[in-house]
Amino acid sequence: MRLTCPLCGERDRREFYYYGSDDYLRRPAEGAPAAAWDDYLHNRDNPAGETRDLWYHEAGCGQWLAVTRNTVTHAVLAVDLVAPVAQKRGRK
Amino acid sequence: MPRLIAKSPLAGSWPVTHGGVSLSELVLEGITSVAVLPGGQNAVDKALKPLGVAFPAPGRFTEKAELRLVWTGRDQAFLLNGALACEGAALTDQSDGWACLRLEGAAAADVLARLYPLDLRAAAFPPGHAARAALGHMSSVLMRVEGGFEILVFRSMARSAWTELEHAMQHLAARAGA
Repeated sequence: MRLTCPLCGERDRREFYYYGSDDYLRRPAEGAPAAAWDDYLHNRDNPAGETRDLWYHEAGCGQWLAVTRNTVTHAVLAVDLVAPVAQKRGRK
Repeated sequence: MPRLIAKSPLAGSWPVTHGGVSLSELVLEGITSVAVLPGGQNAVDKALKPLGVAFPAPGRFTEKAELRLVWTGRDQAFLLNGALACEGAALTDQSDGWACLRLEGAAAADVLARLYPLDLRAAAFPPGHAARAALGHMSSVLMRVEGGFEILVFRSMARSAWTELEHAMQHLAARAGA
């Protein structure tokens, strides 16, 4: 498996650290109901098909990446930087 | 006040050659990390103008004479052999944190192919190209220059990098029967 880092180009999977679902990018706001925190922390889909998860380019540029891939065909559909999106969301 | 003599990271390691590939230490005159602050790119570009180098694109370096600016991450570059004053970037002195190794010779790319999972052939990685990649298991900044490669590794790993590279050179030379 190879991932195309938007900065470094195509690299081997072993350069990356797998974190988990991109649900981690959608942290509930302060005071959100317990159910929202439950979903955020524990409840994950396990789709046969397209999924989006977080990878860290540990041996390269040190960026968090959101990888869209298909769990059935193993196709990697998109690799996006997380930082610009997070910045836009107001963490300036 | 007594003037202290600085020791280079690989002091005591003399240049070695195996199979036409040479490994040596390159002593740099300072390394400064240039981390562009949000909205600071214009100020950085302006400050770089008198130095004669532009901020490098990902995977590239720019240089003028001895001075070089190499891409090391998102909105970050290392300035080698130069000084910069700029409000648009967080500047930190990294001079004592890194060691620089130089690998020269026709088969230099073949030596590195044993350690880097990258396509380093001249067509894919010509002079002016740079990469953040692991040398074995060590973080490094790899640069392709005319006639060879220059590699930045953490100073604490300088000797490990030297040993790994020399082993790869020896293995390649043994294979070639040199």
